[in-house]
Amino acid sequence: MADSLRAGGGGRLAEAARVGLIWGLIALFFAIVGMVEAFAGRQIVVGVVSLGVALVAVTGLSAGYRASRWQKGSPIGPPLLRGAVAGAASGLVVSLLVVAGTGVNLRAMFVSASPELFGILSMGRGMAGAYIPTVGGAVLGLAGAAVSILASPRLRPLATGLAAVLAVGVFQELLQLLLAEGAVQSAVRALLFESEGLSPRGAAVVLAVGWTLAAVWRRRREGARDWYLTQGASRQRSIRLVAYLMIIAGVIVLPHFAGLFLSQVLVLVGLFALLGLGLNVVVGFAGLLDLGYVAFFAIGAYAVGLLTSVGEHGLLHLSFWVAAPIAMVVSLIAGVLLGIPVLRIRGDYLAIATLGFGEIIRVLVLSDFLRPWLGGSQGVLAIPRPMILGYEFAGPEQLFYLVVASCALVVVVAGRLRDSRLGRAWMAVREDEDVAEAMGINLVNIKLLAFGIGATFGGISGAIFAVMLGSVFPHSFQLLISINALALIIVGGMGSMPGVIVGSLVLVGLPELLREFAEFRFLVYGAALVVMMQVRPEGLWPAAALRRELHEANHVPGLLAPDGDGTGQQGAGA
Amino acid sequence: MAILASHGLTKRFGGLVALNRLEITVAERSIHSIIGPNGAGKTTYFNCITGFYRADEGETHFAERAIDGMTPDKIAHLGIARTYQNIRLFSNMTVLENILVGMHYRLRVPWITAVFRTPAMLAEEESATAEARELLGFVGLTGRGDWLAKNLPYGEQRRLEVARALATRPRLLLLDEPTAGMNPRETIEMMGFIRRLRDELGITVLLIEHQMRVVMGISELVTVLDFGTKISEGTPGEVQADPRVIEAYLGTRKIAGGLPH
Repeated sequence: MADSLRAGGGGRLAEAARVGLIWGLIALFFAIVGMVEAFAGRQIVVGVVSLGVALVAVTGLSAGYRASRWQKGSPIGPPLLRGAVAGAASGLVVSLLVVAGTGVNLRAMFVSASPELFGILSMGRGMAGAYIPTVGGAVLGLAGAAVSILASPRLRPLATGLAAVLAVGVFQELLQLLLAEGAVQSAVRALLFESEGLSPRGAAVVLAVGWTLAAVWRRRREGARDWYLTQGASRQRSIRLVAYLMIIAGVIVLPHFAGLFLSQVLVLVGLFALLGLGLNVVVGFAGLLDLGYVAFFAIGAYAVGLLTSVGEHGLLHLSFWVAAPIAMVVSLIAGVLLGIPVLRIRGDYLAIATLGFGEIIRVLVLSDFLRPWLGGSQGVLAIPRPMILGYEFAGPEQLFYLVVASCALVVVVAGRLRDSRLGRAWMAVREDEDVAEAMGINLVNIKLLAFGIGATFGGISGAIFAVMLGSVFPHSFQLLISINALALIIVGGMGSMPGVIVGSLVLVGLPELLREFAEFRFLVYGAALVVMMQVRPEGLWPAAALRRELHEANHVPGLLAPDGDGTGQQGAGA
Repeated sequence: MAILASHGLTKRFGGLVALNRLEITVAERSIHSIIGPNGAGKTTYFNCITGFYRADEGETHFAERAIDGMTPDKIAHLGIARTYQNIRLFSNMTVLENILVGMHYRLRVPWITAVFRTPAMLAEEESATAEARELLGFVGLTGRGDWLAKNLPYGEQRRLEVARALATRPRLLLLDEPTAGMNPRETIEMMGFIRRLRDELGITVLLIEHQMRVVMGISELVTVLDFGTKISEGTPGEVQADPRVIEAYLGTRKIAGGLPH
């Protein structure tokens, strides 16, 4: 009896150690590719923890969390022990790296295995501090296991608070800049920050505020929704109107507070969101995997460039407001034309075929043959900024409005199409092409509409891109743009429009703000995609869940409810 | 009056002759069954009529129009709808949306009106939704409108598939093994339901079926296929007595008398 118990316990401990080793290898990877050292420059809380250390710490926490395997009702001792073992095992890998690295010069093979790295991992003690990752790992693993045992929605506000600390700490430079002027701002700044980052006192304040706000929101959310639902239709409408007005007011003042750099980032995020929203029509709604989407971005940009430029390649010197609709029409036509040859191609083959289009367009604009008209690799220059009633969209702070307005327009148009019979036909084609056709859906029309409408949205993005840079070059239209657009759709949630915007913020915005990330951009992309597919294949903001959530209040599947409430489309479209 | 007539229909897959000079005539407002052993070419015939396959030889007329070479959507517009042997619903769409897809081609308002939510478009959507709910009621799925199709129990998925086909307003409905996987009670319900399709909606029903009880219970005419060839046709009683049918199903030695040992 005792033997079997011990064997069982030993087996599970061994397994915990194995889990820990795997996470340790992940930490090892972070360290030797240079991420830890690069991120260590970014302090989260001054003198306490940096982003690089946090990266290693997360592996320890995760090891403990994954290894604890606590089941409700069972004693909490063994899971905690397993967590600590797993955490220690993951830390041990890092410790061994410190020992190996301090003893032997690893830099011949691993460029990033520098003394600075080992300094970070051993808290500046070198070989003498090699035990620190193991001990730290054990503590973190214990914490991870504790989280898994306590795992309850009640912990979420705490997580929100910690996330707030992370965000404020990481973006301290930006925030300090934003709080540079004004009496209130200065007071807040003095409370939270030291000159080089978030102070421990500031961290405590941010944690407390984030925690409290999240807890209050948690408690009040249900009540607020119920209150909203009990209001009359006209009251609901005015509440929505007020909410919209507040959002619009927020958008109008945002660039003013954000400043030049942040506005530039937001414009870029918006442009990719536009691309994502367009590609989402093709990939998310109609299920046609298009890898050549950058073609329409390029076509929109070149159309606006050629039509408005006052330089040597300018054709008509039109105003942006005339050129942009023309660019949209040109993109639409291009989308339909490029759609025709691939109508009968499905799935993976479609992806490969469309992949070619993006390249064809890029090679065409680069070609000597078209150089007299398109400028070859020199591109089209001297594209004037858009003007409206004497207001010039001169820089990012102004272009931001243009981008947000375009995004809003595209979201409304795409959303309404999705909820119409055309949207249903797209979904049907995505679900089962043959059956859709057998139900009387004309595949040619439906697919070409998807390609054309998606291309139009891409063209808008390209048009704004052209006036943002004031010039267009073939080199701006790499395959990578298509892949970025697709990646942000996948990360955000296939077919979900809020997901596209979230995906754009995460995949385009974050790397811009965290310059350290830029170096590891594709590593992070790849890892993010793999992790998303494993952990949350539906995306950060999935499409269907939201729609169903709207119905949960008055419709519980499994009970025969009267069918009188609105349909799925009407509910989501309102 | 024949609503569907195929003459000399032949379909080959490489060296395999799936349909061999098939002659089938389906009378309007009848319930007509096609039976035969596995691989006899029954589903191939359905695929030929619906335009999913193109027959190599022969021709098919539907309501006096040649439909050979038409695309599946055109044939659906003419009034032929089908269900599938292994249910093929749009599983990630709601029950109501599945039916609305069936109604798609009958909705006339241009797609661009959806962007502006014109009164005509909203009115059409509303009447379409009302009609879809009516159809749900007809197949006994009232209250299931907002469910995802994949979450329905098996029997209800079958009925939804029929409802989706009915949404195209067919004159001829092709049912591919409508009672497959059903228990006896569900099977009897399905038989009653098929009769209602004909009696209340005036739809001609052509079905592929394996359960003899169903075939014998509801069909007015039975066509028996074997290796792509029609080997017998007649009332249920007649084909049951036809020695060629028994041979196709049970093998020759049975006819010769005595079980093989």
